[in-house]
Amino acid sequence: MQNKELLVAAIKNGTVIDHIPASKTFEVVNLLGLTDLKSAITIGCNLHSEKVGSKGIIKVEDKFFTDEEISRLSVVAPNAVLNIITDYTVVEKKPVIMPATLRGIVHCPNPKCICNNEPMQTIFHYNGKNHTFQCHYCNTEVTADTVKVKP
Amino acid sequence: MHILDVVSENVCIFAVNMENRSFVTIADHSREKIEYLLAMAREFERKPNRDLLSKHVIATLFFEPSTRTRLSFETAANRLGARVIGFADPKVTSGTKGETLKDTIMMVSNYADVIVMRHYLEGAALYASEIAPVPIINAGDGANQHPSQTLLDLYTIYQTQGTLDNLNIFLVGDLKYGRTVHSLLTAMRHFNPTFHFIAPEELAMPDSYKQYCRDQGIRYVEHQEFDADVIADADILYMTRVQRERFTDLMEYERVKDRYLLKLPMLAKARENMRILHPLPRVNEIEYAIDDDPHAYYFQQARNGLFARQAIICDALGITLEEI
Ligand SMILES: [Zn+2]
Repeated sequence: MQNKELLVAAIKNGTVIDHIPASKTFEVVNLLGLTDLKSAITIGCNLHSEKVGSKGIIKVEDKFFTDEEISRLSVVAPNAVLNIITDYTVVEKKPVIMPATLRGIVHCPNPKCICNNEPMQTIFHYNGKNHTFQCHYCNTEVTADTVKVKP
Repeated sequence: MHILDVVSENVCIFAVNMENRSFVTIADHSREKIEYLLAMAREFERKPNRDLLSKHVIATLFFEPSTRTRLSFETAANRLGARVIGFADPKVTSGTKGETLKDTIMMVSNYADVIVMRHYLEGAALYASEIAPVPIINAGDGANQHPSQTLLDLYTIYQTQGTLDNLNIFLVGDLKYGRTVHSLLTAMRHFNPTFHFIAPEELAMPDSYKQYCRDQGIRYVEHQEFDADVIADADILYMTRVQRERFTDLMEYERVKDRYLLKLPMLAKARENMRILHPLPRVNEIEYAIDDDPHAYYFQQARNGLFARQAIICDALGITLEEI
């Protein structure tokens, strides 16, 4: 199954991001700044997945993401998997790892929070027990399903 | 979902605050630190005028006016011999001309050894403490924190009861929006209190704070009635304003506003050691006839703000209990 998918537009070297929730595919494109890349990018959306029903896949040629970049995905696509491809072979599967602290990623819904009124990075702390994100500055909590990523 | 505990980042934020000695929230303070600051406040009560800061300049930046808090901080600074610069009214500052908080803080940091700031935005003081090279003292940040009020409340409780341990503390009025009751609840977690929450339904203690009590093992009882029997066990009766503008249903306000008014006959069964506190200003929560009753303590409480703030300023500047 995995191999068949990858063969559709097999890449020699690069990264295949799999198991993105279909509705979040283009958000992932923006979060990783893929529109600014020069290398070949294939985006698949609304593909069938036994795991999540409907999913997105993004294939990026000649690009390997840093851990910091991967952690940006944790908010919108926590179950995504990055397949690292070398010479047409998956050499590593990296899960998205939720960092304890997210900087400049999550949007604070509180209009009276300092972070919405100053040119500054937001900071949110992830609480794994309740799956919530808490604003470092105003303590507002957002749940994993209502969390919004900064534009 | 995978969770990587990046402890180092939290440690880093903490370390910056520790190093620059800011006083932003009381929630993180240990029992020892609170007791240390209270011991310092007691020294200042014994002798408020001390020439400790004659070489210091203290800035008071009030991005939101609050005459009461500002006068208290400025008196504290003056009685320690410091000189005070700053502004009382945001209209005279460049904030309204579009200058960022960061720029104002960085500019004032060039002049002052410590910055006392009040701001209408939540988290403003914490942010300032992360960027400023001098310590920041939070004199209130929107609906979020007002830690110097909490320290003076703790000092008053200690002063009137001789201890902070094992007390029955009754919180009355607006428990939903009242930041002073939220901070007091958080700070008391070290001292095994029993809280009683007395509030109209619309202004009840939020679930998040009740959850906090359960997590911390703090006992609490909720009441909607407010009478002599309910408060008979109280050591501390902490009154707050029930403000009309907090109600979505004004009919409801009319129904409940007098129910949370403390009247003299309600003290008939009160313990002798019980004291009535109020962060002031009061509107109509405490009948004036109570002012002369020995249980009334809100004016002395306000006076304690001076000693608590002297302790906060000295601690922010690295002056120890032994040095004062
Ligand atoms: Zn916030």
